Amino acid sequence: MSIKKIAEDQPDSFEFSSANVDAAKKIISNYPEDKQQSAVMALLYIAQRQNNNWIPLAAMKYIAKYLNMPYIKVYEVATFYSMYNLAPVGKYYYQVCTTTPCMLRGAYKLVDLCKSKISEKENELSKNGNCSWVEVECLGACANAPMIQINNDYYEDLDREKLEKIIDQTLKGETPKAGSYRGRTNSEPEHDRKTLMEPKNA
Amino acid sequence: MLEDKDRIFKNLYNDFGVDILSSQKRGDWLNVKEICSKGREWIINEIKSSELRGRGGAGFPTGLKWSFAPKEIGSRPHYLVINADESEPGTCKDRDILRFEPHKLIEGCLITSYAVNAHKCYIYIRGEYFNEGEKLQKAIDEAYEKKLIGKNASDTGWDLDIYIHYGAGAYICGEETALLESLEGKKGLPRLKPPFPALIGLYGCPTIINNVETIAVVPTILRRGAKWFASIGKPKNTGTKIFCISGNVNNPCNVEEEMGVPLKDLIEQHAGGVIGGWENLKAVIPGGSSMPLLPKEICNTIKMDFDSLVEQKSGLGTAGIIVINKDQDIIKCMARIARFYKHESCGQCTPCREGSGWMWRMLERMTKGEASREEVDMLMDVTKQIEGHTICAFGEGSAWPVQGLLRHFKKEVIKRNNFNPMVNRNKNIPYLIDQHLLEKENA
Repeated sequence: MSIKKIAEDQPDSFEFSSANVDAAKKIISNYPEDKQQSAVMALLYIAQRQNNNWIPLAAMKYIAKYLNMPYIKVYEVATFYSMYNLAPVGKYYYQVCTTTPCMLRGAYKLVDLCKSKISEKENELSKNGNCSWVEVECLGACANAPMIQINNDYYEDLDREKLEKIIDQTLKGETPKAGSYRGRTNSEPEHDRKTLMEPKNA
Repeated sequence: MLEDKDRIFKNLYNDFGVDILSSQKRGDWLNVKEICSKGREWIINEIKSSELRGRGGAGFPTGLKWSFAPKEIGSRPHYLVINADESEPGTCKDRDILRFEPHKLIEGCLITSYAVNAHKCYIYIRGEYFNEGEKLQKAIDEAYEKKLIGKNASDTGWDLDIYIHYGAGAYICGEETALLESLEGKKGLPRLKPPFPALIGLYGCPTIINNVETIAVVPTILRRGAKWFASIGKPKNTGTKIFCISGNVNNPCNVEEEMGVPLKDLIEQHAGGVIGGWENLKAVIPGGSSMPLLPKEICNTIKMDFDSLVEQKSGLGTAGIIVINKDQDIIKCMARIARFYKHESCGQCTPCREGSGWMWRMLERMTKGEASREEVDMLMDVTKQIEGHTICAFGEGSAWPVQGLLRHFKKEVIKRNNFNPMVNRNKNIPYLIDQHLLEKENA
């Protein structure tokens, strides 16, 4: 369970854009007829995407009405799961994995760098408002540690210098290339691969 | 070492391409109709005799699980749910299946759905795997287009719809009943068992829940025969398994190997050895962070399968191998794992909610050497109070790594935390008012 800070400045109203109304309808149709509550997680994502990557309280109320469920149930879900942002985040939202496999390969050096280059504290916008960062638990790319996630993309096999370049790019508003930063293919052994050699040699 | 021809996931490193044509060249979707025409009984018996055990951590026999589903569809529909909420630290195998072998998974979904009478299949992917989910969705769309799934899927006469449901960053939703709660649009709080999901699961209907890897190996087993699968590995621990090797090794990687492969071989041959050489090895966590660690003496000879690891009071879990060498502070590593569990506890059961934070705070102090000697035993006591006193297995998952640390590295912990807060009994301190109390037993 994560501790969540809810933004103080809240917009008065929220509505799905017409494209998102269609997307929501499609998602609700994935579930059995009177079980539209199942769509609440997906709808919260849609709201988050529509509203610069955070969910205002008005959106929760809107979704509650939309799915015909109590507001508190939507609120419960939005506060339980850690991926719903309830306060504004940067356009480039850094999630730095620091769980043991990443820690063993130097993830805390990346945290220090985020502190010095983006903002002193987690969940605080950088000076130009482009970036913010947060420490998260295992992101499930342990063979490519240390790694970070920026918005939807994974940046793998990092070190201090490589992350420094990435941060500089995002501060300028450019989106860096995702994937491994040591030039390896996915999660194969970097040197001396011994398996599945046929395609490799072909 | 397993030969390449016996590897199931030939596209583990994406050498061939993900699309349906490349997958079909690798043998996917080859004879689904023929397999299904042999009937449900045959499929379930074949999986039973292959001795396939679930790849999600608990290692429950898959064929047996399927046979728990009601034989005929009653008043309630059946569901198949795929657990792709891979969040166990050290584990990154399902991610590669989702992005590089999606058609193996989809084909497995069809065969399994047919075997357990399900017309709807939900794949629950962790929210962070957004790109992997998109790739899987693309593969699902391809399969619909080719009429491999949907109405009269692959000409088998069976209707199947597959939907993706994204999680949102809760580790606990990898627990099967918490996953169902989450699918129903609630907080991911695990349910009490029984009733088991096979009878009362999603929306109160019979539901079979399996890990991604378990389902993805099913088509290959049925195609090549249960005998072939059972001939790899050793009895009760058969087949191949994707091992994720991370931490202090030269080449961290994912690799498919046979069950029962020696840990040393895995690390030396595939992962390029421990950084600083085998002698520099301190400990290995063999199956994702929930499993107790093993010190070097055991690592020298241990074989990687369910039963061998249980003998050493650890477990294969998800086969996420985290290697820790002597340059690391072992207590700090375990304190970080304890912090992970403190963060991820759903808060439903008191022993876990309070105990996980307690363990973390004690371990943080022990890292700095600020704990007293008695507290080391107290920490062990706390883990015993959590283990077995919670609704789901999260309690064990958080307590076991700490127990492993104390089992194998207690001397090291005590050496650092040797501070004794009690006034020594034989010291005569005249100005101490409570001097007389020291004479008593419990002083």
